[in-house]
Amino acid sequence: MAEQINTLPYKANLDVYSETLQRLAETDPNIIAVTSDSRGSGKLVPFGKKYPDQIVEVGIAEQNLVGVAAGLASCGKKVFATSPACFLTARALEQIKNDVAYSNNPVNVIGISAGVSYGALGSTHHSLHDYAALRAINNITVVAPADNWETEQAIELAARTQEPVYLRFGKKPMPSLKEVNEEAFAFGKGRIITEGDDVLIIGCGETVYPALEAARLLKEEGIAATVVSMHTIKPLDTELLAEKARASKAVLTVEEHSVYGGLGEACAGYLLQKGISKPFKIMGIPDEYTVTGSQGEILGHYGISRDGIATTAKELLRSK
Amino acid sequence: MTTKELQQKSIEYRKKILQYIVKAKAGHTGGSLSCTDILNVLYNEIMNVSPANFESPDRDRYIQSKGHTVEALFVVLADKGFFAEDELNTLCQYQSHYIGHPTRKVNGVEQNTGALGHGLPIAVGTALAGKLDKKDYKVYTLMGDGEMPEGSNWEAALTGAHYKLDNLCAIVDKNSLQITAPTADVCNTDPLDEKWKAFGWAVREVDGNDIEALKLTLKEIPFEEGKPSVIIAHTTKGKGVSYMENVLKWHHGVPSADEYEQAIKELDEALLAI
Repeated sequence: MAEQINTLPYKANLDVYSETLQRLAETDPNIIAVTSDSRGSGKLVPFGKKYPDQIVEVGIAEQNLVGVAAGLASCGKKVFATSPACFLTARALEQIKNDVAYSNNPVNVIGISAGVSYGALGSTHHSLHDYAALRAINNITVVAPADNWETEQAIELAARTQEPVYLRFGKKPMPSLKEVNEEAFAFGKGRIITEGDDVLIIGCGETVYPALEAARLLKEEGIAATVVSMHTIKPLDTELLAEKARASKAVLTVEEHSVYGGLGEACAGYLLQKGISKPFKIMGIPDEYTVTGSQGEILGHYGISRDGIATTAKELLRSK
Repeated sequence: MTTKELQQKSIEYRKKILQYIVKAKAGHTGGSLSCTDILNVLYNEIMNVSPANFESPDRDRYIQSKGHTVEALFVVLADKGFFAEDELNTLCQYQSHYIGHPTRKVNGVEQNTGALGHGLPIAVGTALAGKLDKKDYKVYTLMGDGEMPEGSNWEAALTGAHYKLDNLCAIVDKNSLQITAPTADVCNTDPLDEKWKAFGWAVREVDGNDIEALKLTLKEIPFEEGKPSVIIAHTTKGKGVSYMENVLKWHHGVPSADEYEQAIKELDEALLAI
């Protein structure tokens, strides 16, 4: 599996978001980016320069951002409402619920610098609740692409879809998970990165790559892992989840989110109701305000790293 | 339509609002009666919107931010032929599409609303799309004075002025009462005109229960080129029913059989007096 990892230069998913949006806007004047003084952090400065009529600035006003986006979308615009995930999905939660999801205005809600991307800026700037909050809202797809390919695919798909979508991006450059992708990308369909019979490791967003690195480490110790990029947290690919969980001795989920209400609880809830019982562990941020540090340091502190994931997987296998 | 015909229509609307609220045993009576004349003039004199053109991108849009007074909207939409009026017999009943707030399940409703402070931001986005597409449609949103403290309104007010949305009109139904107490006692937002002016809007004040005044005012939109317009419409909560007018409990009070009879009698008398 190690040889599958792309060695080509890679970018932050945010950069791919910006580049993809520019490319789409070249031929589609209906593509509109709405930002809340966040074109810099959203990497949308070049987009704004190239397409000044296709960027709407509302200032630091997230509730208004989403409402305005809903109004634009209701008139046929393909709107990408972009703002730091922490504010967007908390401060404007009611607008996402009512103006976007309930009214079925096909806004693409783009949460940037998500998870603990803002690192030492602290818990006000961390978004560890967004999966939980948005999972409980009807009629919105929740997506956290892992690598550049998934990001590009997700943006292209979001621009075409007529339903509300939440997309979450971090700031860190993300290595490609595969050199060649032969499968089609679809919301709600997980992506198998590597396969093995011992342990199933399910990640989303930026936790998939360390999960893959952990799988490489485990392989050296004779433990075979399946790694899945569950880029769509809602709707969950329950078919893939059930199949791979049945075939594994243990299941581990890894997310840059609170352990409450995110990918792990979504998987656990489904498996339990299906009667698929395996040793199961949710790796995420515990119920506390995070330690100070960079994104890597914070994630490492909570074991969300190559070594931490590998160690947890071994512990889980021993516990069965 | 003549002013007299519109006045008659308002009274018919009020009778129907009460009829369906009594049938549903639920509804926001006082506010529906205060905004009836505004909706009447908008739909019958001002807006280019009908069942025939509702799918057209060129239609005018109406977004009811004060969603709780949906009974007034439903009665007017039924009158305009968006759906058969007798469907309102199911208002608020099990599995009805006619719930206690605007929903797009009902033909003619532009946006799902109900939570306060949402209408203006959506209206701003809708008006902005009109400008981007170089279309001539106008966007109207009806807000309650009780929802003025919601911060999202003022965020949207800034954006509306920033983008010079003179195709946008906000109407504040200033009936001066909200669920707890007089609006001035709950959170005083006066002087409201000065606030809107300071946010860059062109402001007019009008008697919101005066059909002729509403007609003249709404026909002058935009009040200033390059500025969004706001009409502060001074209205009477519970308008048209003596025991309801300016009485707090009728915010969402439902008339008893006797009270209903009395209300209809008064409205019929008013109809004869026009």
